[in-house]
Amino acid sequence: MRKYSVFAVAREAMRSHKGWEQQWTSPEPRSSYDVIIIGGGGHGLGAAYYLAKEHGITNVAVIEKGWLGGGNTGRNTTIIRSNYLYEESMDIYEHSLKLWEGLSQDLNYNVMYSPRGVMMLSHNTHDMQSFKRHINANRLYGIDNEWLTPEEAKKFCPPLDISKTARYPINGAALQKRGGTARHDAVAWGYARAASDRGVHIIQNTEVTGIRRGPNGEVTGIETNRGFIGAKKIGVSAAGHSSVVMQMADVRVPLTSNPLQALVSEPLKPIFPCVVMSNTVHAYISQSDKGELVIGAGTDQYHSYSQTGGLQIITHTLDAICELFPIFRRVKMMRQWGGITDNTPDRSAIQSVTPVPNLFVNCGWGTGGFKATPGSANLFAWLIAKGEPHRLAQGLTLDRFRTGRLIDEAAAAAVAH
Amino acid sequence: MLLIHCPYCRDDRSELEFRWAGEAHIARPEQISEISDEAFSEYFFMRDNTKGIAWERWRHIHGCGRFFNAIRDTVSDKFLLTYKAGLPRQPVPGTETAGVETVEGGAA
Repeated sequence: MRKYSVFAVAREAMRSHKGWEQQWTSPEPRSSYDVIIIGGGGHGLGAAYYLAKEHGITNVAVIEKGWLGGGNTGRNTTIIRSNYLYEESMDIYEHSLKLWEGLSQDLNYNVMYSPRGVMMLSHNTHDMQSFKRHINANRLYGIDNEWLTPEEAKKFCPPLDISKTARYPINGAALQKRGGTARHDAVAWGYARAASDRGVHIIQNTEVTGIRRGPNGEVTGIETNRGFIGAKKIGVSAAGHSSVVMQMADVRVPLTSNPLQALVSEPLKPIFPCVVMSNTVHAYISQSDKGELVIGAGTDQYHSYSQTGGLQIITHTLDAICELFPIFRRVKMMRQWGGITDNTPDRSAIQSVTPVPNLFVNCGWGTGGFKATPGSANLFAWLIAKGEPHRLAQGLTLDRFRTGRLIDEAAAAAVAH
Repeated sequence: MLLIHCPYCRDDRSELEFRWAGEAHIARPEQISEISDEAFSEYFFMRDNTKGIAWERWRHIHGCGRFFNAIRDTVSDKFLLTYKAGLPRQPVPGTETAGVETVEGGAA
């Protein structure tokens, strides 16, 4: 693989850009692999990359039903932050944030990580108390998070309406300056390119239809629409379809799949300097480098695999955006879509061994999986390679739904993260 | 937005009046303090999360306030049938047998 650099750009400029290589190869599947990852999103591709890079396991295939990053990796609003309340969550999201900071260099691929600051608006006393508790917990744990007055919030994000007569008045905000955004497609492509370079097979347009088991119950491979492929170990990283894939191995998981919608506006000149989230009125907004306002809505209430959702959900979000940022009232929305999020009862992820030998699962990232991509992938690779969870992911086991050691971010965070 | 038929009000009403209430026909164990942790976990947390035809509960929270059951296709979101709470699992309209759940396609 040729390295990307300023010299490469200069060289290609001199010869009509004819020397760029395909970023990853699309080989025919081998008859068997040491590890098969089911799901070619950021988490799955990243796990394959870290298996090759950090654990020396290169006989790996990533099997993807559609195209790379065509699921939730390409459908989210790209918010990155680590200001969670519980240590189990802070551990993994902060691990992830640290990896984000060096990811472009590590992959030799510009993922456009932009630590522009994530500001969470507080609208009432409950929000203020909850956010200050988060700030204190984060700072004690060495994670940056600070309290802003309404005036400081306005200074940080000028389009914000902080007037006392606003429909949703603001009494402060929590700001994580290291939080921000990254380019979602580049994350999938960057991991794919780097993994492919280390010998990982990336197999797209191949649907897993079954998981074959041996005499002792252990996995022996997968059935696909292109035939059987053997595997010593299987890692499932299928987001909203995790229940469907795990059912193929007769493993039940505590997941509910819900649609989550997002939309983008027509492109505008740079006007919005940070990410603003308002969990109370369900509005999440930032501006992409193309100039579009990227807006996230709340989840639809019912279980669905439809990759679409109700219009009333996004209308509600746009109502809130127009109240918080009156300047955007006449902006036109351009595109809208939905992704299928896999939600656990405690709204924390599952990264775990399963009752089936050599079958591992990474799921339950719900509405907040994008920010976790590098950290989750890194620790999932560890789990698959060693057969036991990394220190930072010990709390995320499937077993917590039997022991009761839940990580109750759902109640604690006051957010639909 | 979904249009939902409440079997008590006998009317099609907008989704805004309803609250989704999870999978249907999950019976609470009668002696819940005596069951094993595994059985409790299975009852309380584990879900089919079916892709395809699913049996689920809804509540007409801003209407009559009552819970009822529904059969819905979770790929198209189309309701196939709604029926009163307390009735056994109803067959999919147009088929003979109840409780045959289909999974459409696989996943990757």
